[in-house]
Amino acid sequence: MIYPDSKVLLEVRGLRATVNGIEILKGIDLTVRSGEVHAIMGTNGSGKSTFAKVLAGHSAYQVTGGSVLFEGKNLFDLDPAERARAGVFLAFQYPIEIPGVANSHFLRLAYNTVQAQRGKDELDPLEFEDFVREKMKLLEMSPDFLDRGVNEGFSGGEKKRNEILQMALLEPRLAILDETDSGLDIDALRIVTNGVNRLANRDNATILVTHYQRMLNYIVPDFVHVMQSGRIIRTGGKDLAFDLEAHGYDGIGNAQPVAAGA
Amino acid sequence: MSMSMVTGNSYLESLLQGQPQLPPSPLAWFNRLRASAVDRAGMLKVPTTRDEEWRFTDISPLAKLSFHPVRTVPSLQKEDIARFYVEGTSATLVFVDGIYMPELSVQSNRTADLIVTNLSAALATHAHAMEPHLGRHAAFQDNLFAALNTAFLHDGALIIAPRNTAIERPVHVLFIATQAESTSHPRCLLIAEPGSAVTVVEDYVTLQEGPYITNAVTEIAIGDNAQVSHTRLQRDSGQAFHMANSAVSLARASRYRSISVAFGARISRYDLNARLAAEGAECSVDGLALINERQLADTHTCIDHASPDGTSRQLHKCIIDGAAHGVFNGKIIVRPGAQRTDSSQSSRNLLLSARAHIDTKPQLEIFADDVKCAHGATVGQLDNEELFYLKSRGLSEVAARNLLTYAFGAEIIDRIPIASLKRRLEQTVLEQTQRN
Repeated sequence: MIYPDSKVLLEVRGLRATVNGIEILKGIDLTVRSGEVHAIMGTNGSGKSTFAKVLAGHSAYQVTGGSVLFEGKNLFDLDPAERARAGVFLAFQYPIEIPGVANSHFLRLAYNTVQAQRGKDELDPLEFEDFVREKMKLLEMSPDFLDRGVNEGFSGGEKKRNEILQMALLEPRLAILDETDSGLDIDALRIVTNGVNRLANRDNATILVTHYQRMLNYIVPDFVHVMQSGRIIRTGGKDLAFDLEAHGYDGIGNAQPVAAGA
Repeated sequence: MSMSMVTGNSYLESLLQGQPQLPPSPLAWFNRLRASAVDRAGMLKVPTTRDEEWRFTDISPLAKLSFHPVRTVPSLQKEDIARFYVEGTSATLVFVDGIYMPELSVQSNRTADLIVTNLSAALATHAHAMEPHLGRHAAFQDNLFAALNTAFLHDGALIIAPRNTAIERPVHVLFIATQAESTSHPRCLLIAEPGSAVTVVEDYVTLQEGPYITNAVTEIAIGDNAQVSHTRLQRDSGQAFHMANSAVSLARASRYRSISVAFGARISRYDLNARLAAEGAECSVDGLALINERQLADTHTCIDHASPDGTSRQLHKCIIDGAAHGVFNGKIIVRPGAQRTDSSQSSRNLLLSARAHIDTKPQLEIFADDVKCAHGATVGQLDNEELFYLKSRGLSEVAARNLLTYAFGAEIIDRIPIASLKRRLEQTVLEQTQRN
């Protein structure tokens, strides 16, 4: 939701990035204020997932130009763990399976790391168990998922729910959801998006990276950006997503870029 | 039994010095067994890296040191070794520097029919049960270390699980090293009578960090329809030499579950031979070596499918850090007539430093045509995507690496059937993988 006079959380200017020497991001500008929900849409290969991973600090991507300020500080001064502790969260398109690490153990480690950073109390396993079970209700997850290996043998929908569970625990300032709708059936999509909506407030912001308009029926964006060939070529309100659905990416491809957040 | 068979090798000389002290037994077969082992030990040479079975494992540092057999042991109280006891056992046998310690052992929870005793006492009472098995499974004709152990045979652990009885609580056999520059020859004999089920933990620990030699032999005879779970823990000092041979014989429709874990020793070599001697036998042979600095851990296994309808499963893992060196040689034999054998083997290795080194070798010898045999080996480092995932949740690089390393080893530790021991070892793995 757009609030008057809300703070700028993320300021991206002229961001360029390469992977294996190939330029994927070719000058991205984006401003995200607290309270806002932004959708970044684009075809496969447009660079939208790369943008998400660059923000989270994946080492496979080289930043070759531009700047990103997060709450006024240079994001690239922070390693991925420091970004997470500062309040940047990436929900993975393909959450990683880690057999041998109990999900509860992983969730508690992550939670306590971020709590410690914020000067808050860490929870012991018993306290955490009660805490996480409450959060799991939000995502209609069975407590059984605590005892299993991290994402091990989870279905696509279960993995995405586990991602949003982590978001619920870490309470990020900026959540970037990379194709969180992919591979979800209607029920799972409803549960996951409902969770995301419940977590949104006027102090945080969400960037939805998605190919399809479908998720935007559940999470209503304040801004829709269309990415193509490593640039944002068009920015509009939520109706832009319907235009895309009606006319396809080709149909709007030649429009003039509009400054984000304007 | 004289010194006359001693070779020119100083290591062998020093080892065989203890031999004349062993009193002869009233049992002729026992004396013959020992005498023939003394003969073989005198003839066999210390293996070198020119021997195929020892290609990757250079034990020449062993020959350079002088070791002596143990004559006296320090007096220990149960409190001194409290941390090594496993709770809820049916019996615990404790050996200090290879010598049986009745006052440290625990027999109180043993059910009446289960026999857990020291071998030399059992020679007077259970010789008849032992004779078909002792020295019959662990062949020493071509194995110097098994020959040496048998040449020094005078005591050890004897466990007999009685017919058609499931022993619920595990039996713990604890070998504690307390003296530097000493040699001990631990020996275990486990007889699982037909239809029995028993869980045994064979455990090597130390109270000091100097060099010493442990040269162990374990024989396990599993009767028809019997089940044995065998957990073997090697936690010797980082300066120690640990040589060990286990030989397992599986009768019809019997089951053997083995989990061996090696954390310790400067150089360790473990040979496990499991022979599926009759139809329908099943075994699982899992292992974990977690080593660092200049440690070498060599595991050689041989699963011998000698009869039809046998099943074997094997997962062996090494976590190697520093300049350590892991060796795994997994031989699977499927003999002619061992039809419908179902066997799979996997060797997975994690190298944590640029100087860490692994030699892994599957070795399949299949002489039957209706068999299913799968094997595979992987060598890798920690996965970057997994690391990034953990870091993106706030875990530091070091914390993320430690957690993934721990997880790699935990897959094996998880299989240990004793909850309290499992938790303790998980803690050990966590500590060993948690650096800076």
